[in-house]
Amino acid sequence: MKNYQQQKFTQQLVIYAFMIVFGLVAVVPIWLMLINATRSTAQINEGISLFPSVYAMANWKILTGRGFKLALGFKNSLTISMFVTLFSVYFSSLVAYGIHVYRFKGRQILWNLIMMLIMLPASLSFIGFVQFMSKAHLMNSYIPLIVPSIASAATVLFMKQYMDSVLSFELIEAARIDGAGEFGIFNGIILPVLKPALATQAIFAFVGSWNNFMTPFVLLSSTEKYTLPMLVQMLRGDIYRTEYGGIYLGIAVSLIPIIIFYAFMSRYIISGLTMGSVKE
Amino acid sequence: MVKSDAQQKIKSDVQKRLNKYGYIFTLPFVIIFLIFNLWPTIYTFLLSFGDLRGLKTDFNIIGVANFAKLISDRYFWGAVGNTFIIWGLNFAPQLGLALLFAVWLTNTKYTLRGKNLFRALFYMPNLLTATSVAILFRSLFAYPVGPVNQFLLNIGIVSEAFNFFRSVPASRIIVAFIQWWMWCGQTLILLMAAITAISPSLYESAVIDGANEWQCTWKITVPLLRPMMFYLLITSMVGGMQMFDIPFLITGMHGEPDFKIRTSAVYMYNIAFQGRNDYSYAAAISIGMFIITIILALLINYMIKERAPKSYRKGVAK
Repeated sequence: MKNYQQQKFTQQLVIYAFMIVFGLVAVVPIWLMLINATRSTAQINEGISLFPSVYAMANWKILTGRGFKLALGFKNSLTISMFVTLFSVYFSSLVAYGIHVYRFKGRQILWNLIMMLIMLPASLSFIGFVQFMSKAHLMNSYIPLIVPSIASAATVLFMKQYMDSVLSFELIEAARIDGAGEFGIFNGIILPVLKPALATQAIFAFVGSWNNFMTPFVLLSSTEKYTLPMLVQMLRGDIYRTEYGGIYLGIAVSLIPIIIFYAFMSRYIISGLTMGSVKE
Repeated sequence: MVKSDAQQKIKSDVQKRLNKYGYIFTLPFVIIFLIFNLWPTIYTFLLSFGDLRGLKTDFNIIGVANFAKLISDRYFWGAVGNTFIIWGLNFAPQLGLALLFAVWLTNTKYTLRGKNLFRALFYMPNLLTATSVAILFRSLFAYPVGPVNQFLLNIGIVSEAFNFFRSVPASRIIVAFIQWWMWCGQTLILLMAAITAISPSLYESAVIDGANEWQCTWKITVPLLRPMMFYLLITSMVGGMQMFDIPFLITGMHGEPDFKIRTSAVYMYNIAFQGRNDYSYAAAISIGMFIITIILALLINYMIKERAPKSYRKGVAK
Protein backbone atom coordinates (compact mmCIF):
# COMPACT_ATOMS: atom_id res chain seq x y z
CA MET A 1 0.00 0.00 0.00
CA LYS A 2 2.88 2.32 0.80
CA ASN A 3 4.31 1.55 -2.59
CA TYR A 4 1.03 2.55 -4.18
CA GLN A 5 1.00 5.85 -2.30
CA GLN A 6 4.54 6.58 -3.40
CA GLN A 7 3.73 5.76 -7.01
CA LYS A 8 0.70 8.01 -6.92
CA PHE A 9 2.81 10.81 -5.44
CA THR A 10 5.41 10.66 -8.23
CA GLN A 11 2.67 10.48 -10.84
CA GLN A 12 1.12 13.60 -9.40
CA LEU A 13 4.47 15.36 -9.49
CA VAL A 14 4.84 14.53 -13.18
CA ILE A 15 1.33 15.81 -13.89
CA TYR A 16 1.98 19.03 -11.99
CA ALA A 17 5.21 19.54 -13.96
CA PHE A 18 3.29 19.14 -17.22
CA MET A 19 0.54 21.48 -16.02
CA ILE A 20 3.05 24.15 -15.07
CA VAL A 21 5.05 23.88 -18.30
CA PHE A 22 2.00 24.01 -20.55
CA GLY A 23 0.27 26.61 -18.42
CA LEU A 24 3.35 28.77 -18.94
CA VAL A 25 3.35 28.06 -22.68
CA ALA A 26 -0.21 29.39 -22.80
CA VAL A 27 0.58 32.51 -20.78
CA VAL A 28 4.16 33.56 -21.59
CA PRO A 29 3.47 35.03 -25.07
CA ILE A 30 0.69 37.15 -23.55
CA TRP A 31 2.87 38.15 -20.61
CA LEU A 32 5.74 39.19 -22.91
CA MET A 33 3.29 41.23 -24.95
CA LEU A 34 1.98 43.08 -21.88
CA ILE A 35 5.47 43.75 -20.54
CA ASN A 36 6.90 44.89 -23.86
CA ALA A 37 3.92 47.20 -24.34
CA THR A 38 5.24 49.20 -21.37
CA ARG A 39 8.90 49.22 -22.48
CA SER A 40 10.68 51.53 -24.88
CA THR A 41 11.93 50.17 -28.19
CA ALA A 42 15.52 50.58 -26.95
CA GLN A 43 14.77 48.45 -23.90
CA ILE A 44 13.07 45.81 -26.03
CA ASN A 45 16.11 45.65 -28.29
CA GLU A 46 18.36 45.24 -25.28
CA GLY A 47 16.85 42.03 -23.96
CA ILE A 48 13.94 40.21 -22.39
CA SER A 49 12.41 41.39 -19.16
CA LEU A 50 9.62 39.86 -17.12
CA PHE A 51 8.78 43.11 -15.36
CA PRO A 52 7.01 46.19 -16.69
CA SER A 53 8.66 49.51 -17.43
CA VAL A 54 7.28 53.04 -17.65
CA TYR A 55 7.03 53.77 -21.36
CA ALA A 56 3.39 52.82 -21.91
CA MET A 57 2.36 56.45 -22.46
CA ALA A 58 5.26 57.10 -24.85
CA ASN A 59 4.32 53.97 -26.81
CA TRP A 60 0.71 55.12 -26.83
CA LYS A 61 1.76 58.42 -28.45
CA ILE A 62 3.83 56.59 -31.07
CA LEU A 63 0.95 54.21 -31.76
CA THR A 64 -1.84 56.75 -32.07
CA GLY A 65 0.34 59.37 -33.76
CA ARG A 66 0.59 57.33 -36.96
CA GLY A 67 -2.98 56.86 -38.07
CA PHE A 68 -3.91 54.09 -35.63
CA LYS A 69 -7.49 55.23 -34.98
CA LEU A 70 -8.03 53.01 -32.01
CA ALA A 71 -11.25 54.49 -30.61
CA LEU A 72 -12.85 54.42 -34.04
CA GLY A 73 -11.76 50.82 -34.62
CA PHE A 74 -13.25 49.83 -31.28
CA LYS A 75 -16.50 51.56 -32.08
CA ASN A 76 -16.72 49.93 -35.51
CA SER A 77 -15.94 46.44 -34.23
CA LEU A 78 -18.38 46.91 -31.37
CA THR A 79 -21.18 48.07 -33.68
CA ILE A 80 -20.77 45.14 -36.05
CA SER A 81 -20.34 42.53 -33.31
CA MET A 82 -23.37 43.74 -31.36
CA PHE A 83 -25.67 43.53 -34.35
CA VAL A 84 -24.25 40.16 -35.37
CA THR A 85 -24.81 38.83 -31.85
CA LEU A 86 -28.34 40.14 -31.65
CA PHE A 87 -29.32 38.90 -35.12
CA SER A 88 -27.74 35.47 -34.93
CA VAL A 89 -29.08 34.69 -31.46
CA TYR A 90 -32.60 36.01 -31.99
CA PHE A 91 -33.25 34.65 -35.46
CA SER A 92 -31.58 31.31 -34.78
CA SER A 93 -33.84 30.81 -31.76
CA LEU A 94 -36.79 31.81 -33.91
CA VAL A 95 -35.98 29.16 -36.54
CA ALA A 96 -35.18 26.51 -33.95
CA TYR A 97 -38.49 27.24 -32.20
CA GLY A 98 -40.39 27.16 -35.50
CA ILE A 99 -38.96 23.73 -36.29
CA HIS A 100 -39.39 22.52 -32.72
CA VAL A 101 -43.04 23.46 -32.27
CA TYR A 102 -44.82 23.58 -35.62
CA ARG A 103 -45.40 20.71 -38.02
CA PHE A 104 -45.32 22.44 -41.38
CA LYS A 105 -44.53 21.12 -44.85
CA GLY A 106 -40.81 21.30 -45.63
CA ARG A 107 -39.87 21.21 -41.97
CA GLN A 108 -37.68 18.13 -42.37
CA ILE A 109 -36.10 19.52 -45.56
CA LEU A 110 -35.22 22.74 -43.76
CA TRP A 111 -33.71 20.84 -40.86
CA ASN A 112 -31.59 18.70 -43.19
CA LEU A 113 -30.49 21.85 -44.99
CA ILE A 114 -29.36 23.42 -41.71
CA MET A 115 -27.39 20.29 -40.78
CA MET A 116 -25.72 20.36 -44.19
CA LEU A 117 -24.93 24.07 -43.96
CA ILE A 118 -22.95 23.54 -40.76
CA MET A 119 -20.50 21.35 -42.60
CA LEU A 120 -20.04 23.63 -45.62
CA PRO A 121 -16.78 25.57 -45.35
CA ALA A 122 -17.26 29.34 -45.58
CA SER A 123 -14.51 29.67 -48.18
CA LEU A 124 -16.65 27.86 -50.76
CA SER A 125 -19.01 30.81 -51.28
CA PHE A 126 -16.48 33.56 -50.51
CA ILE A 127 -15.51 34.67 -54.04
CA GLY A 128 -19.13 34.60 -55.21
CA PHE A 129 -20.17 36.48 -52.07
CA VAL A 130 -17.65 39.29 -52.64
CA GLN A 131 -18.50 39.57 -56.34
CA PHE A 132 -22.21 39.63 -55.58
CA MET A 133 -21.73 42.34 -52.93
CA SER A 134 -19.72 44.35 -55.42
CA LYS A 135 -22.55 44.04 -57.98
CA ALA A 136 -25.10 45.04 -55.34
CA HIS A 137 -23.01 48.12 -54.44
CA LEU A 138 -22.57 46.90 -50.89
CA MET A 139 -18.79 47.12 -50.82
CA ASN A 140 -17.49 49.28 -47.99
CA SER A 141 -20.77 48.75 -46.13
CA TYR A 142 -21.47 46.89 -42.90
CA ILE A 143 -24.55 45.18 -44.34
CA PRO A 144 -22.63 42.17 -45.76
CA LEU A 145 -20.90 41.78 -42.40
CA ILE A 146 -24.06 41.92 -40.29
CA VAL A 147 -27.11 40.71 -42.20
CA PRO A 148 -25.85 37.18 -43.15
CA SER A 149 -25.68 36.37 -39.42
CA ILE A 150 -29.49 36.04 -39.50
CA ALA A 151 -28.84 32.63 -41.07
CA SER A 152 -26.40 31.05 -38.58
CA ALA A 153 -26.86 27.32 -38.96
CA ALA A 154 -24.63 26.24 -36.08
CA THR A 155 -26.50 28.46 -33.62
CA VAL A 156 -29.81 27.01 -34.82
CA LEU A 157 -28.56 23.48 -34.15
CA PHE A 158 -27.42 24.45 -30.67
CA MET A 159 -30.70 26.19 -29.80
CA LYS A 160 -32.75 23.28 -31.16
CA GLN A 161 -30.80 20.80 -29.03
CA TYR A 162 -31.32 22.98 -25.99
CA MET A 163 -35.06 23.27 -26.68
CA ASP A 164 -35.31 19.49 -27.04
CA SER A 165 -34.06 19.16 -23.48
CA VAL A 166 -35.83 22.04 -21.69
CA LEU A 167 -39.00 23.12 -23.52
CA SER A 168 -42.23 21.41 -22.62
CA PHE A 169 -45.31 21.62 -24.80
CA GLU A 170 -47.44 22.06 -21.67
CA LEU A 171 -45.82 25.45 -21.16
CA ILE A 172 -46.76 26.54 -24.69
CA GLU A 173 -50.26 25.07 -24.41
CA ALA A 174 -50.86 26.87 -21.14
CA ALA A 175 -49.79 30.17 -22.65
CA ARG A 176 -52.09 29.61 -25.62
CA ILE A 177 -55.05 28.92 -23.36
CA ASP A 178 -54.26 32.20 -21.60
CA GLY A 179 -54.76 33.81 -25.00
CA ALA A 180 -51.21 34.77 -25.81
CA GLY A 181 -50.28 35.16 -29.50
CA GLU A 182 -47.58 32.98 -31.01
CA PHE A 183 -45.00 35.78 -31.19
CA GLY A 184 -45.98 36.90 -27.72
CA ILE A 185 -45.35 33.39 -26.41
CA PHE A 186 -41.96 33.23 -28.12
CA ASN A 187 -40.75 36.65 -26.99
CA GLY A 188 -42.30 36.71 -23.54
CA ILE A 189 -42.18 33.11 -22.35
CA ILE A 190 -39.81 31.03 -24.46
CA LEU A 191 -36.84 33.39 -24.73
CA PRO A 192 -36.50 33.81 -20.95
CA VAL A 193 -36.49 30.03 -20.54
CA LEU A 194 -33.68 29.79 -23.09
CA LYS A 195 -31.50 32.38 -21.34
CA PRO A 196 -28.51 30.12 -20.45
CA ALA A 197 -28.20 28.85 -24.02
CA LEU A 198 -28.76 32.35 -25.45
CA ALA A 199 -25.98 33.73 -23.28
CA THR A 200 -23.35 31.19 -24.36
CA GLN A 201 -24.30 31.50 -28.01
CA ALA A 202 -24.19 35.29 -27.70
CA ILE A 203 -20.65 35.10 -26.31
CA PHE A 204 -19.41 32.89 -29.13
CA ALA A 205 -21.18 34.94 -31.81
CA PHE A 206 -19.71 38.14 -30.41
CA VAL A 207 -16.17 36.78 -30.15
CA GLY A 208 -16.40 35.26 -33.63
CA SER A 209 -17.48 38.53 -35.17
CA TRP A 210 -14.99 40.56 -33.12
CA ASN A 211 -12.12 38.35 -34.34
CA ASN A 212 -13.28 38.14 -37.96
CA PHE A 213 -10.60 39.40 -40.31
CA MET A 214 -10.84 38.13 -43.88
CA THR A 215 -14.33 39.34 -44.83
CA PRO A 216 -14.03 42.93 -43.54
CA PHE A 217 -10.48 43.09 -44.91
CA VAL A 218 -11.76 42.32 -48.39
CA LEU A 219 -14.98 44.33 -48.24
CA LEU A 220 -14.08 47.54 -46.41
CA SER A 221 -11.89 50.10 -48.12
CA SER A 222 -12.24 53.40 -46.25
CA THR A 223 -10.07 53.67 -43.13
CA GLU A 224 -12.98 55.29 -41.29
CA LYS A 225 -14.77 51.92 -41.38
CA TYR A 226 -11.82 49.72 -40.39
CA THR A 227 -12.47 47.14 -37.69
CA LEU A 228 -10.00 46.47 -34.88
CA PRO A 229 -8.29 43.43 -36.49
CA MET A 230 -7.81 45.49 -39.65
CA LEU A 231 -6.07 48.19 -37.62
CA VAL A 232 -3.86 45.64 -35.87
CA GLN A 233 -2.92 44.24 -39.26
CA MET A 234 -1.55 47.71 -40.17
CA LEU A 235 1.08 47.27 -37.43
CA ARG A 236 3.05 44.96 -39.70
CA GLY A 237 3.48 47.78 -42.21
CA ASP A 238 6.45 50.08 -42.80
CA ILE A 239 5.29 52.96 -40.63
CA TYR A 240 5.89 50.97 -37.45
CA ARG A 241 8.86 48.97 -38.70
CA THR A 242 11.23 49.69 -35.81
CA GLU A 243 8.76 50.87 -33.17
CA TYR A 244 8.42 47.61 -31.28
CA GLY A 245 7.04 49.26 -28.15
CA GLY A 246 4.20 50.77 -30.14
CA ILE A 247 3.53 47.50 -31.97
CA TYR A 248 3.28 45.51 -28.74
CA LEU A 249 1.00 48.12 -27.24
CA GLY A 250 -1.21 48.02 -30.33
CA ILE A 251 -1.52 44.23 -30.09
CA ALA A 252 -2.11 44.49 -26.35
CA VAL A 253 -4.96 46.98 -26.55
CA SER A 254 -6.71 44.71 -29.04
CA LEU A 255 -6.40 41.65 -26.79
CA ILE A 256 -6.83 43.11 -23.28
CA PRO A 257 -10.64 43.54 -23.54
CA ILE A 258 -11.00 39.86 -24.51
CA ILE A 259 -8.67 38.76 -21.69
CA ILE A 260 -10.55 40.82 -19.08
CA PHE A 261 -13.88 39.55 -20.36
CA TYR A 262 -12.58 35.99 -20.23
CA ALA A 263 -11.20 36.45 -16.71
CA PHE A 264 -14.73 37.08 -15.45
CA MET A 265 -16.63 34.68 -17.71
CA SER A 266 -14.23 31.75 -18.15
CA ARG A 267 -16.26 29.27 -16.11
CA TYR A 268 -19.36 30.18 -18.05
CA ILE A 269 -17.62 30.06 -21.42
CA ILE A 270 -16.00 26.67 -20.78
CA SER A 271 -19.26 25.08 -19.66
CA GLY A 272 -21.01 26.65 -22.66
CA LEU A 273 -18.44 25.04 -24.93
CA THR A 274 -19.47 21.54 -23.88
CA MET A 275 -23.18 22.26 -23.47
CA GLY A 276 -24.02 21.34 -27.05
CA SER A 277 -21.18 19.03 -27.93
CA VAL A 278 -21.42 16.26 -25.37
CA LYS A 279 -24.20 14.69 -27.36
CA GLU A 280 -21.92 14.17 -30.34
CA MET B 1 -60.24 10.51 -20.48
CA VAL B 2 -61.33 9.94 -24.06
CA LYS B 3 -61.74 12.99 -26.22
CA SER B 4 -64.74 13.11 -28.55
CA ASP B 5 -64.26 13.30 -32.30
CA ALA B 6 -65.47 16.88 -32.36
CA GLN B 7 -62.90 17.95 -29.79
CA GLN B 8 -60.23 16.05 -31.68
CA LYS B 9 -61.20 17.89 -34.89
CA ILE B 10 -61.13 21.30 -33.25
CA LYS B 11 -57.74 20.54 -31.81
CA SER B 12 -56.28 19.47 -35.16
CA ASP B 13 -57.81 22.55 -36.85
CA VAL B 14 -56.17 24.76 -34.28
CA GLN B 15 -52.92 22.90 -34.83
CA LYS B 16 -53.19 23.40 -38.59
CA ARG B 17 -53.92 27.10 -38.17
CA LEU B 18 -50.93 27.42 -35.88
CA ASN B 19 -48.61 25.49 -38.15
CA LYS B 20 -48.54 28.36 -40.61
CA TYR B 21 -46.43 30.11 -37.98
CA GLY B 22 -43.75 27.58 -38.81
CA TYR B 23 -43.29 29.38 -42.12
CA ILE B 24 -43.33 32.82 -40.53
CA PHE B 25 -40.76 31.87 -37.90
CA THR B 26 -38.36 30.30 -40.36
CA LEU B 27 -38.84 32.84 -43.16
CA PRO B 28 -36.08 35.33 -42.20
CA PHE B 29 -33.54 32.51 -42.03
CA VAL B 30 -34.59 31.10 -45.38
CA ILE B 31 -34.57 34.48 -47.18
CA ILE B 32 -31.15 35.44 -45.84
CA PHE B 33 -29.82 31.98 -46.58
CA LEU B 34 -31.01 32.21 -50.18
CA ILE B 35 -29.55 35.68 -50.77
CA PHE B 36 -26.31 35.61 -48.80
CA ASN B 37 -25.39 31.94 -48.89
CA LEU B 38 -27.03 29.89 -51.62
CA TRP B 39 -26.76 32.46 -54.38
CA PRO B 40 -23.08 33.32 -53.61
CA THR B 41 -22.32 29.58 -53.70
CA ILE B 42 -24.01 29.18 -57.08
CA TYR B 43 -22.31 32.37 -58.24
CA THR B 44 -18.92 30.95 -57.21
CA PHE B 45 -19.62 27.90 -59.38
CA LEU B 46 -20.67 30.10 -62.31
CA LEU B 47 -17.56 32.25 -61.92
CA SER B 48 -15.33 29.20 -61.87
CA PHE B 49 -16.52 28.36 -65.40
CA GLY B 50 -16.07 31.97 -66.54
CA ASP B 51 -13.35 34.50 -67.26
CA LEU B 52 -13.87 37.30 -64.74
CA ARG B 53 -10.59 39.01 -63.97
CA GLY B 54 -9.00 42.41 -63.55
CA LEU B 55 -11.29 45.39 -63.87
CA LYS B 56 -13.98 43.60 -65.87
CA THR B 57 -17.45 43.64 -64.38
CA ASP B 58 -19.01 41.00 -66.61
CA PHE B 59 -17.92 37.59 -67.65
CA ASN B 60 -18.53 34.90 -70.25
CA ILE B 61 -18.78 31.20 -69.60
CA ILE B 62 -15.65 29.64 -71.05
CA GLY B 63 -16.02 26.07 -69.83
CA VAL B 64 -13.64 24.06 -67.71
CA ALA B 65 -10.45 25.95 -68.63
CA ASN B 66 -9.95 27.15 -65.03
CA PHE B 67 -10.19 23.63 -63.69
CA ALA B 68 -7.81 22.30 -66.33
CA LYS B 69 -5.36 24.99 -65.25
CA LEU B 70 -5.95 24.15 -61.57
CA ILE B 71 -5.08 20.48 -62.00
CA SER B 72 -1.70 21.30 -63.53
CA ASP B 73 -0.99 24.32 -61.27
CA ARG B 74 1.99 23.37 -59.11
CA TYR B 75 1.45 26.44 -56.94
CA PHE B 76 -2.03 25.19 -56.07
CA TRP B 77 -0.81 21.71 -55.18
CA GLY B 78 2.09 23.30 -53.33
CA ALA B 79 -0.40 25.34 -51.30
CA VAL B 80 -2.51 22.23 -50.59
CA GLY B 81 0.65 20.44 -49.49
CA ASN B 82 1.64 23.35 -47.22
CA THR B 83 -1.83 23.35 -45.67
CA PHE B 84 -1.56 19.66 -44.88
CA ILE B 85 1.94 19.80 -43.50
CA ILE B 86 1.06 22.69 -41.19
CA TRP B 87 -2.24 21.14 -40.17
CA GLY B 88 -0.61 17.76 -39.47
CA LEU B 89 2.21 19.36 -37.47
CA ASN B 90 -0.48 20.99 -35.34
CA PHE B 91 -3.11 18.28 -35.08
CA ALA B 92 -0.99 15.30 -34.02
CA PRO B 93 0.51 16.97 -30.92
CA GLN B 94 -2.82 18.71 -30.28
CA LEU B 95 -4.78 15.46 -30.01
CA GLY B 96 -1.96 13.62 -28.23
CA LEU B 97 -1.41 16.23 -25.54
CA ALA B 98 -5.08 17.00 -25.08
CA LEU B 99 -5.79 13.29 -24.63
CA LEU B 100 -2.97 12.93 -22.12
CA PHE B 101 -4.18 15.90 -20.09
CA ALA B 102 -7.82 14.86 -20.39
CA VAL B 103 -7.06 11.39 -18.98
CA TRP B 104 -5.01 12.90 -16.17
CA LEU B 105 -7.37 15.69 -15.20
CA THR B 106 -10.45 13.45 -15.16
CA ASN B 107 -8.77 10.73 -13.09
CA THR B 108 -10.41 10.87 -9.68
CA LYS B 109 -7.45 9.06 -8.11
CA TYR B 110 -5.42 12.27 -8.18
CA THR B 111 -6.15 15.31 -6.08
CA LEU B 112 -4.88 18.00 -8.39
CA ARG B 113 -4.98 21.59 -7.24
CA GLY B 114 -5.37 24.33 -9.81
CA LYS B 115 -6.94 21.94 -12.30
CA ASN B 116 -9.62 24.41 -13.34
CA LEU B 117 -7.18 27.31 -13.45
CA PHE B 118 -4.90 25.31 -15.74
CA ARG B 119 -7.78 24.42 -18.02
CA ALA B 120 -8.95 28.02 -18.15
CA LEU B 121 -5.47 29.32 -18.98
CA PHE B 122 -4.89 26.61 -21.55
CA TYR B 123 -8.14 27.46 -23.34
CA MET B 124 -7.65 31.24 -23.30
CA PRO B 125 -5.67 31.60 -26.58
CA ASN B 126 -8.66 30.20 -28.46
CA LEU B 127 -10.65 33.37 -27.90
CA LEU B 128 -7.88 35.77 -28.91
CA THR B 129 -8.05 37.61 -32.24
CA ALA B 130 -6.03 35.55 -34.74
CA THR B 131 -4.86 38.76 -36.43
CA SER B 132 -3.35 40.08 -33.21
CA VAL B 133 -1.84 36.69 -32.42
CA ALA B 134 -0.15 36.61 -35.83
CA ILE B 135 1.37 40.07 -35.34
CA LEU B 136 2.38 39.15 -31.78
CA PHE B 137 4.28 36.02 -32.85
CA ARG B 138 5.75 37.92 -35.78
CA SER B 139 7.23 40.31 -33.22
CA LEU B 140 8.25 37.59 -30.75
CA PHE B 141 10.19 35.71 -33.45
CA ALA B 142 11.53 38.88 -35.06
CA TYR B 143 15.07 39.03 -36.43
CA PRO B 144 17.57 39.98 -35.06
CA VAL B 145 16.25 41.29 -31.74
CA GLY B 146 12.97 39.48 -31.06
CA PRO B 147 12.51 38.03 -27.55
CA VAL B 148 12.88 34.45 -28.80
CA ASN B 149 16.23 35.22 -30.41
CA GLN B 150 17.34 37.09 -27.29
CA PHE B 151 16.38 34.12 -25.14
CA LEU B 152 18.19 31.61 -27.36
CA LEU B 153 21.31 33.81 -27.37
CA ASN B 154 21.18 34.25 -23.59
CA ILE B 155 21.10 30.56 -22.82
CA GLY B 156 23.66 29.88 -25.52
CA ILE B 157 21.68 27.60 -27.82
CA VAL B 158 22.62 29.73 -30.81
CA SER B 159 25.71 31.89 -31.24
CA GLU B 160 24.05 34.45 -33.49
CA ALA B 161 20.45 35.51 -34.06
CA PHE B 162 18.43 33.15 -36.26
CA ASN B 163 16.14 34.52 -38.95
CA PHE B 164 13.11 32.30 -38.37
CA PHE B 165 11.03 33.64 -41.23
CA ARG B 166 13.77 32.94 -43.78
CA SER B 167 13.75 29.26 -42.86
CA VAL B 168 11.03 27.05 -44.34
CA PRO B 169 10.90 24.45 -41.53
CA ALA B 170 11.03 27.13 -38.82
CA SER B 171 8.22 29.17 -40.41
CA ARG B 172 6.04 26.10 -40.82
CA ILE B 173 6.66 24.99 -37.26
CA ILE B 174 5.87 28.48 -35.94
CA VAL B 175 2.54 28.59 -37.79
CA ALA B 176 1.72 25.04 -36.66
CA PHE B 177 2.69 25.96 -33.11
CA ILE B 178 0.36 28.97 -33.13
CA GLN B 179 -2.50 26.80 -34.41
CA TRP B 180 -1.71 24.28 -31.68
CA TRP B 181 -1.50 27.07 -29.08
CA MET B 182 -4.91 28.37 -30.07
CA TRP B 183 -6.77 25.04 -30.37
CA CYS B 184 -5.28 22.52 -27.94
CA GLY B 185 -7.27 23.93 -25.01
CA GLN B 186 -10.57 23.52 -26.79
CA THR B 187 -9.72 19.94 -27.76
CA LEU B 188 -8.83 19.27 -24.12
CA ILE B 189 -12.16 20.61 -22.87
CA LEU B 190 -14.19 18.58 -25.36
CA LEU B 191 -12.25 15.38 -24.58
CA MET B 192 -12.67 15.96 -20.84
CA ALA B 193 -16.41 16.38 -21.29
CA ALA B 194 -16.55 13.18 -23.32
CA ILE B 195 -14.58 11.24 -20.70
CA THR B 196 -16.78 12.54 -17.88
CA ALA B 197 -19.79 11.28 -19.83
CA ILE B 198 -18.49 7.68 -19.75
CA SER B 199 -20.37 5.69 -17.14
CA PRO B 200 -18.20 5.00 -14.03
CA SER B 201 -19.75 1.54 -13.72
CA LEU B 202 -17.72 0.44 -16.78
CA TYR B 203 -14.49 1.17 -14.92
CA GLU B 204 -15.81 -0.37 -11.70
CA SER B 205 -16.65 -3.66 -13.33
CA ALA B 206 -13.34 -3.67 -15.23
CA VAL B 207 -11.43 -3.16 -11.99
CA ILE B 208 -13.36 -6.01 -10.37
CA ASP B 209 -12.33 -8.18 -13.32
CA GLY B 210 -8.73 -7.30 -12.53
CA ALA B 211 -7.98 -4.59 -15.10
CA ASN B 212 -5.22 -2.14 -14.21
CA GLU B 213 -5.27 1.56 -14.91
CA TRP B 214 -3.37 1.30 -18.17
CA GLN B 215 -5.86 -1.25 -19.46
CA CYS B 216 -8.79 0.89 -18.34
CA THR B 217 -7.42 3.82 -20.33
CA TRP B 218 -6.66 1.91 -23.51
CA LYS B 219 -9.54 -0.58 -23.47
CA ILE B 220 -12.34 1.64 -22.14
CA THR B 221 -11.58 5.36 -22.32
CA VAL B 222 -9.89 5.59 -25.71
CA PRO B 223 -12.31 3.31 -27.61
CA LEU B 224 -15.30 5.15 -26.13
CA LEU B 225 -13.76 8.47 -27.16
CA ARG B 226 -13.83 7.43 -30.81
CA PRO B 227 -16.94 9.48 -31.74
CA MET B 228 -15.52 12.59 -30.09
CA MET B 229 -12.09 12.10 -31.68
CA PHE B 230 -13.76 11.58 -35.04
CA TYR B 231 -15.66 14.84 -34.54
CA LEU B 232 -12.44 16.64 -33.55
CA LEU B 233 -10.55 15.22 -36.51
CA ILE B 234 -13.21 16.24 -39.02
CA THR B 235 -13.79 19.76 -37.63
CA SER B 236 -10.05 20.35 -37.28
CA MET B 237 -9.44 19.17 -40.84
CA VAL B 238 -12.24 21.29 -42.31
CA GLY B 239 -11.02 24.31 -40.31
CA GLY B 240 -7.37 23.60 -41.11
CA MET B 241 -8.09 23.51 -44.84
CA GLN B 242 -9.32 27.10 -44.49
CA MET B 243 -6.39 28.35 -42.41
CA PHE B 244 -5.84 31.96 -43.40
CA ASP B 245 -5.20 34.71 -40.84
CA ILE B 246 -1.96 33.40 -39.29
CA PRO B 247 -0.03 32.27 -42.39
CA PHE B 248 -1.29 35.35 -44.27
CA LEU B 249 -0.13 37.92 -41.74
CA ILE B 250 2.89 36.36 -40.06
CA THR B 251 5.09 36.99 -43.10
CA GLY B 252 4.52 39.02 -46.27
CA MET B 253 0.92 38.07 -47.20
CA HIS B 254 2.09 35.55 -49.83
CA GLY B 255 3.16 32.73 -47.51
CA GLU B 256 6.85 33.64 -47.49
CA PRO B 257 9.47 32.20 -47.24
CA ASP B 258 9.38 30.91 -50.80
CA PHE B 259 5.55 30.42 -50.68
CA LYS B 260 6.15 27.53 -48.30
CA ILE B 261 3.60 28.57 -45.66
CA ARG B 262 1.10 29.66 -48.28
CA THR B 263 -2.07 27.72 -47.48
CA SER B 264 -4.73 27.15 -50.14
CA ALA B 265 -6.90 29.92 -48.61
CA VAL B 266 -3.99 32.38 -48.79
CA TYR B 267 -3.38 31.30 -52.41
CA MET B 268 -7.04 31.90 -53.22
CA TYR B 269 -6.76 35.37 -51.69
CA ASN B 270 -3.54 36.12 -53.61
CA ILE B 271 -5.16 35.15 -56.91
CA ALA B 272 -8.45 36.99 -56.31
CA PHE B 273 -7.43 40.19 -54.58
CA GLN B 274 -3.81 40.81 -55.46
CA GLY B 275 -1.95 41.02 -58.76
CA ARG B 276 -4.17 39.92 -61.64
CA ASN B 277 -7.44 39.80 -59.69
CA ASP B 278 -8.38 36.55 -61.38
CA TYR B 279 -11.74 36.00 -59.67
CA SER B 280 -12.75 33.11 -61.89
CA TYR B 281 -9.58 31.18 -61.18
CA ALA B 282 -9.89 31.94 -57.46
CA ALA B 283 -13.44 30.55 -57.57
CA ALA B 284 -12.05 27.38 -59.17
CA ILE B 285 -9.47 27.20 -56.36
CA SER B 286 -12.16 27.43 -53.69
CA ILE B 287 -14.13 24.66 -55.37
CA GLY B 288 -10.95 22.59 -55.64
CA MET B 289 -10.40 23.10 -51.91
CA PHE B 290 -13.97 22.06 -51.23
CA ILE B 291 -13.66 18.87 -53.27
CA ILE B 292 -10.41 17.93 -51.52
CA THR B 293 -12.06 18.55 -48.13
CA ILE B 294 -15.00 16.30 -49.00
CA ILE B 295 -12.77 13.50 -50.30
CA LEU B 296 -10.70 13.65 -47.11
CA ALA B 297 -13.77 13.68 -44.87
CA LEU B 298 -15.11 10.60 -46.65
CA LEU B 299 -11.69 8.94 -46.40
CA ILE B 300 -11.47 9.61 -42.67
CA ASN B 301 -14.99 8.34 -42.22
CA TYR B 302 -14.16 5.17 -44.14
CA MET B 303 -10.94 4.54 -42.25
CA ILE B 304 -12.53 5.05 -38.84
CA LYS B 305 -15.39 2.69 -39.70
CA GLU B 306 -12.96 0.08 -41.00
CA ARG B 307 -10.81 0.12 -37.91
CA ALA B 308 -13.56 0.08 -35.31
CA PRO B 309 -13.47 -3.20 -33.37
CA LYS B 310 -16.53 -5.42 -33.63
CA SER B 311 -17.55 -5.08 -30.02
CA TYR B 312 -17.56 -1.32 -30.42
CA ARG B 313 -19.67 -1.39 -33.53
CA LYS B 314 -22.24 -3.67 -31.99
CA GLY B 315 -22.44 -2.40 -28.48
CA VAL B 316 -21.69 1.23 -27.95
CA ALA B 317 -22.15 3.09 -31.21
CA LYS B 318 -25.27 5.23 -31.15
